This record gives sequence, structure tokens and C-alpha cells, in this order.
Amino acid sequence: MKEPPVIPRELLGAPPYLHVLRRRERWGKGEIVFWIALVAVFFLFPKNLLLASQILIAGLFALSLDLILGYAGIVTLGHAAFFGLGAYTAGLITKVGVHDPLLGLVAAGAVAAAAGWLTSPLVLRSNDLGRLMITLGIAMLLYEVANRATEITGGVDGLQGVEVGLVLGLFRFDLLGRTAYLYVLAVTFALFLLVRALMLSPYGLSLRCIRENNRRAQAVGVPIRSRLTNIYTLSALLAGVAGALLTQTTQFVGIEVLGFQRSADLLIMLIVGGTASLYGGFVGAAVFMLAQDRLANLSPVYWLFWLGLLLIVVTLYLDGGVVGGLKRLAAWWERRR
Amino acid sequence: MKLSLVRGAAALAAAFACTGVLAAGNTIKVGVIAEMSGTFADFGQQITNGAKAYMKANGDTVAGKKVELIIKDATGPAPDVAKRLAQELVVKDEVDFIVGFGLTPNAMAVAAVASEAKKPTVIMNAASSVITTKSPYIVRTSMTLPQVTEPMALWAWKSGVKKVYTIVADYGPGHDSEKAFRTAFTRAGGEIVGDLRVPLKNPEFGPFVQRIKDAKPQAVFVFMPAGELALGFMKAYNERGLAKAGIKLLTTGDLTEDGIIEALGDHALGVISTHHYSMAHDSPENKAFLAAYAQVSPQRPNFMAVGAWDGMAAIYEVARKLNGVIDGDRAMQAFKGMALKSPRGTLRIDPDTRDVVQTVYVREVKKVAGKLYNVEFDQFPNVKDPGK
Amino acid sequence: MATILFDGIAYGMLLFLISVGLSVTLGMMGFINLAHGVFAMIGGYLLVTFTGKAGLSFFLALPLIFLATAAFSLVLEGSLYRQLYRSTHLKQVLLTVGIILVAVAAATYAFGPAQQPVQLPEVLAGQVVVLGAELSRYKLFLIAVGIAVTLALVFGLERTRFGARIRASVDRQSTAEAMGIHVGRVFQLTLAIGSGLAGLGGALGVNILGLDPHFPLKTLVYFLLVVVVGGAGSIPGTLLAAMVLGIADTAGKYYLPEVGAFIIYAAMIALLLAFPHGLLGRRRLA
Repeated sequence: MKEPPVIPRELLGAPPYLHVLRRRERWGKGEIVFWIALVAVFFLFPKNLLLASQILIAGLFALSLDLILGYAGIVTLGHAAFFGLGAYTAGLITKVGVHDPLLGLVAAGAVAAAAGWLTSPLVLRSNDLGRLMITLGIAMLLYEVANRATEITGGVDGLQGVEVGLVLGLFRFDLLGRTAYLYVLAVTFALFLLVRALMLSPYGLSLRCIRENNRRAQAVGVPIRSRLTNIYTLSALLAGVAGALLTQTTQFVGIEVLGFQRSADLLIMLIVGGTASLYGGFVGAAVFMLAQDRLANLSPVYWLFWLGLLLIVVTLYLDGGVVGGLKRLAAWWERRR
Repeated sequence: MKLSLVRGAAALAAAFACTGVLAAGNTIKVGVIAEMSGTFADFGQQITNGAKAYMKANGDTVAGKKVELIIKDATGPAPDVAKRLAQELVVKDEVDFIVGFGLTPNAMAVAAVASEAKKPTVIMNAASSVITTKSPYIVRTSMTLPQVTEPMALWAWKSGVKKVYTIVADYGPGHDSEKAFRTAFTRAGGEIVGDLRVPLKNPEFGPFVQRIKDAKPQAVFVFMPAGELALGFMKAYNERGLAKAGIKLLTTGDLTEDGIIEALGDHALGVISTHHYSMAHDSPENKAFLAAYAQVSPQRPNFMAVGAWDGMAAIYEVARKLNGVIDGDRAMQAFKGMALKSPRGTLRIDPDTRDVVQTVYVREVKKVAGKLYNVEFDQFPNVKDPGK
Repeated sequence: MATILFDGIAYGMLLFLISVGLSVTLGMMGFINLAHGVFAMIGGYLLVTFTGKAGLSFFLALPLIFLATAAFSLVLEGSLYRQLYRSTHLKQVLLTVGIILVAVAAATYAFGPAQQPVQLPEVLAGQVVVLGAELSRYKLFLIAVGIAVTLALVFGLERTRFGARIRASVDRQSTAEAMGIHVGRVFQLTLAIGSGLAGLGGALGVNILGLDPHFPLKTLVYFLLVVVVGGAGSIPGTLLAAMVLGIADTAGKYYLPEVGAFIIYAAMIALLLAFPHGLLGRRRLA
């Protein structure tokens, strides 16, 4: 028998929806364990921190996609455009003398957000297939520009000589990747807090509403166009910051940051992890990159095969990806008690 | 949010466990970073097979120590992956040498790691001139694009060609090749009557080739990466009858490299190219190389495999000179000025630039015993990289 | 000038052959099948196998390829696609991307990562002089096949019972079902025909587009482009879009080679903004 929930003093007599909202905002046990585990990784796996940083960056990137895909229902095949813009901004800004990594992040985020805001009318106008094509088209256009402008971007050979300064003026990016990992973790956590607060609030609920039933959302008075534009811009900003983090931790920008492969891999990571769950992106990124690291070395051809198979199976049978599966497991466990 | 992600976190942790590498003082560890999957999988295969072939032919022990290859997949043009792999090889696997690199961006990304960790890095394929300038610990055993392009321009001029139209793929190496050819050819006195850059994702060459035909040059210089672009161009060239119209086809060996020449079929007959290696090269070292490679793979080896073969030869030589104790700076000293008898001919490592100095051959595609080969008929000895 | 137009039309015909199946199935069921390129790739590899190892004649191989690819699509439809007809577009995208990946891996495993050479029959090689212009024989053949297919499709749609059923299903599925038309089966057959055509197109295209395991990924953009610009579900729309794209691409490369790739993407975005439902509108089949 479960006990009735304890109602905090300030909510006595408050309307029921407030209880629900407050309860949603509380940090679950799993969440706390997750973040502590990430900090523990620093101490437990000192020789794998580079891979860990790249997983976190991929996770942040996937989180940005989750905002528009999972919560707002916009299907895109070109999210790498914002990732790449952020990456190149962070790289190029060091070339003009700004070496502070945090300023680089701000610049990258700003450029990516601007791009997101400018392209949002294009994306919001059309139906699913049209959106797919437009986002794909924009990403490929940017790829071509980067490919041509060899003097600025280094073209296919990539942007060299990215010199990133000390984090907070104190910590150098070292060979082992220790500074990189903590830096990425801190930035990711900060942004995560922001996103979490946003998504758990009525704002986030309104996005879900838009995704599930557009007409009703309109009827209730949700300003659909501006909400979607804002979330798209925010998503672009996060993707840009993720790209900048990659540049700063590897001191290099390759043209693949804008490539189709990156967008496609991202989609797979998010789906495998589970959409609309905030953590799905991280879990998916971890599963994907770890599997790739292990399997690709065993047999490169089979990696693609198993990836495709995994995608098919997850789409058909595992609704909600890994996180969804875990949630169902948890619910089943609860019922058994 | 009731997420029992304890499992998730635990899974994360467990999955991180690395496959333990035995720390041994008796092995020389060679970390290979190559593109083993994706569209460039062929590059990685050739490089690793070439290295393995060398070890098969010359044994896996040198200076009393066992040589061990640790092969990592860069998955394609992925500099962030390449850099991470390099760092992991240095920190986790504690390798003595970092080798491989089918693609330039991957090689560039590793330069910083090489410098910081003071690890000798051998470039077995990537062909951009600048790579060796990025770190004093980088040495190359393959070739550079300008190095194999310039002789083509010189030979063209020598054989009476005065007007050339250039067409290259629109990406870094293509631009480099175009520039190298133009500089050398105009310096010799020739004229470039037109130039075209073809997008990498181009399926249809018809209009481009038509444009060239209409311009009526004496020859067309082509640079395309091996694969569909090379094949596509060759087909269009033949279909439009450019050879009949008197327009010769000049190119670098990338277009007719031994790995894909069979796929070009009879389209390729008569094509003249310049490169540093051909399977048809007549020498005992090449015969030994071909025999050893055949034991590792049934596919035809190409210049990338030879780059790897020579890279391993250089490493063995260094190991012998240093008696098996590999120190970064002393290894680089040993590399400088090294001369090797390679399956391609002679190979020297320039002491100042740490880049390769070799003979560039002019070849024509002919059928020998029913199969296609690049048959060498002229050469330019001791060509240094003009890009420096 | 005439040669450029001719080349453009030939290229457009190829695109049409491969994309028409995608357009009809998309218009009919709203099912986003990104793996359509896989059928084309299968056609290409079948051609290589039939004319190579099996030693069949090129012309005999073509109808066989059509049938084989159509049969394969039925298998795929029954086992995988059918479960997601009523599902979200996202899931369809994911499923079909998964299929592409598996197909690419399988092709790499079976045929190796390199380009596949194909031997053309003698009668189709080289050029022929028509009205003073040198035209490629192969491309003439391609255009002829394209015209034949278009005529067959239009005839089939306008004059046959089955064609009427297809049109009815595309126009309004619920009413068609109410009239006793088994929409599921209509869709199966339509998918089969469309995929068969894609296989045929892929086989014919090996000589022009090349063939390697990454074919479905590389050419995905082009097919989607044709379908989206032409309007899903409209055959004349697909034909028009394919022609426009083929000619624009070819002419663009000849006259403005520096701008090349840009034009396609910029034009696509512009066209999609102006005509969100495609050049010839939505859901009008013929």
C-alpha cells in the first residue's frame, strides 16, 4: 500500500495542477545518480576522458534536437548546420585574436541562434516532407560554402591552428583531456538546468500540446508560431554551443561538422535513447558512441549493418528508445510492489 | 521524473572498461590510424594490408623486440575521431609510433598530439604538402600532390603540348593539383586555356566534357579522386570522342591507380599519368612486395599499400639503429636522410623537411597479359616536394 | 546547345524513372520511404550480376530486373512498411533510414566498396549523328525507355480498371474503401510497380550515375528533390520536375560551372517556399 503524498505547507489549498507541476519539477533519484556518475567518470576512467567528452558533446547536441523533435515535433535532417556554424565560429574567432573559450561559446551560440531564428520561417511553413528537404538543403548549402571558401574554412582539410586559451584563465587543455572533460561537463550541466526548467514548466507543456494537437493548442490560445520559432532558435543555440565545445576540445574544425552523416547519426542517437525525455539524448549518445568505438574496430562493415538493424528494431518495437524502455521497467517494478 | 537511470549509469560505467592492453617492455607498438569503414574504407584496407604484408615478408621481430600493430578506425574524414584515437594510442596503449592516415584532415588533426607527446608519426598516404610542416615529429613515406603533378606539366611541355584545359574536383586536393599544374606548366611556357572545378557530388560529366571539347585544347589535365568521379570522367571522355578529336588525357596516378584500374575497363587505355608507383614496375623489391601482399589479400595493391610497406621498412630501420629503444627525438634523427629500396624505386627522406624524395614515373595504361597496368616509359628522378 | 538540352532530358528521364514510384507511394499513403534509392541500387547490382556472372544479354536483363525488384519490395512492404502506415512521419523516416544502412552494409559485404563496372552492349555504345548533332546512343535508348514508361503509366492510369482504383485511392482513401476498393492491396501493387521502375532506372543509370554501396545515400537528395518539387502523388508533376532539374543541372554545369552545386539547393529552397505542395499541386495523380 502506498502512502498518500505529503503536501508541502505552501501548497495547502492550492489548485491540483500546481501540485502536479511542482512534483514534476522535483529531481528524481535517477537524475541525481546520473549526474553524480558523470562526475565519478572523471575519477574512475582517467584514460578515457576524451571519449567521455565527445559523448557528452554528442549528448548535448542530441538534447538540442530533442527540443524540436521530441517536444515540438519538427523533423529535421540538417541540424548539423547549426552544430557546424557553432564549430566554425569558435574556431575562426580564435584566429582573430579572441582566445577565451567562454567568449568563444557565447559567440558560437549567438551565431547559431541567429541562423536558427532566420531560417525558422522556412522550416515552419511547410509540411513534414518539405521541412525535411529544406533542412537538408540548408545543411548541404552550408557544407558547399565551407567546401569552397578554402581560405577561411580550410575546406576539406579543415581549419588548422585553432589556439584555445585557458579556461577561466587557469586551466589548460591537456593531452589527457582532463580539463576538456570537466569543462564540457560544466557547460552541459548549466545548459541542461536551463532546458530542464523550461521543459518542465507550463512552457514545455504547451510545446507538447502543439505537437500532439495543433488545432486544440490554437483553440486554447497557445501562440504556436512564436513558440515554435523560439524553441527552434534555442535548439540552434544549443547545437552551436555543442559544436563550439568540440572545436575547443579538439583544437580543430573538420568539414564533417556540417555533414549529412552527423545529422543522420544524431537522429539515430536520439531515437535510440528516447525522445522527449531530456536524458534520452545522453543515453543514446553513450550507447551509439561506445558501440561504435568497440564494434567499428572489430568489423567496420558490420557496424553499419547492426546500426541499421538497431534502428529498425527500435522504431518498430521499442517505442521511446532506451529511456522509454527503462521508464516502462520502472513502472512495472512500481506496480509489483 | 521517475527515471531509474542507475542502470543507465552503470551501463555507461561498465561499457567504459577498456580491453586491457598488456604493458610490455619487449614490444615496439605501432598505432595505426586509418579509415577502415565508410566511403574511404578502401584506403584503410590498403594501408593496413601493406603494413601486414611487410611484417609477413620481414618477420615481426626487429632489434630483439616484437613489433605489434594496433589498428584503429578513423571511420572516414573525421579529424576529431582521429585526434582522439591518437591521444588514446599515446595515453592508453603507449605506442612508440603513430602511423597510417589515408586522408589529410585526419593527419593534420594528429600533428598537435605528435608534438606534445613527442611521438614519431609516419604518414603513409595523405598527400597535402603542409602536413609535414605541422610538427617536427612527422615524417612521410607516401608522396605529395604537387610532387606528382609537376612532372606531368613538364612532360606535357616536353612532348609538344602547348595548350591545356584543366578540370579538377572541387575540394582541397583538387585545388592544390590545379595550382601545381598551372604553376609548372606556365613556367615552362605553356598556356592554360581554361579551367573547371567539378563538385564532389557530381554524377554527370557530359556538360563539363562538352565544354572542354568545344574549347579545343591539345590536352586536358584531370584530377579526380579515385572512384565514381574518376570513372564518370573517363566514360564521358570516351563517349564524347575527345581522344579522336585530338585532345590527350593527362592526369596523376590517382585516376588510374592499381586498385581501381580494372573498374575503368577499356575506357582507360592510352591514358598517360604521372605517379610514384605502378604495379608493373619491374624490380625485385616490387616482386617481393606483390608476393607478400598476395598472401594478405587477393585484391590488387596500390600506392597506398606501398606507402605503408615503406613506412614499416623505415620503422624497422629506425628500430635497428636505436637498438629497439625508441625515443622520439632520436627516432626523428634516424629518419632524416634515410634511404630505402622501395618497391616503387628509390626513396629518400629529406633531412630538412622530413618529406619524401623519389622518382616520379610517366606511365601509359596498357593491357599486359589481358589485364590493365600503368606501364612506365619515362621518369623524373629525385623529385622533391615543390610545395615547400 | 542541342547536345546540352539532349543530355539534360536524358538525365531528367533517368531521375523520373527512379523517382516516379516514390512520388506515387508518397501521394497515396503518405508514407515517407527514404529507402527508395535502395531499390534503384538493387536494380544496379542485379544488372551487374545478370550481365556479368550470369552472362545474360543486357536487354533480357532489364525486364527481369523490374520483376525482381518489384518482388523484393513486396517482401519489404509486408514485413516492415505495413506496420507504420498509420504512424508518424518521423518513424517512417527512421525505419527507412535503418533499411538504407542495412542495405549499404549488405552491398559492401557482397560486392565490396568499389565502383562497379558494367559492360554495355555494342549497339548502345558511342554516338550517332542526328540532324547534325552528336547524340549518345545510350542516352537515346534511355529517353526512349522513359517515354515508353510514361505512356504506359498514363495509359494504365486512365484506361484500366486498376488505374481507376489507384486514382481513387490517392484522391480519397476513405471513400475508396467505402466503395469496396481494397486500398491495402492497391497500395502493395503500386509500391511494387514503383519499386520495379526504380530498379529499372537504377540499372539503366549505372552507366551514368555510377554504382557503389553508398548509392542510396548519395542520390537520396536528388530523388526527394524531384518528388517534393513535382508534388507528391502527381505523375506529370514528377515528370516536369525531373525534366526541369535535369536540364537546369546540365545547363548550369555547362554555362556556370562555378556555381554548380549551389544552384540546386538554393533553387530547391526557393521552389519549396513558393510552392509548398509542389509545382503541380497535391494529390492529383494524372
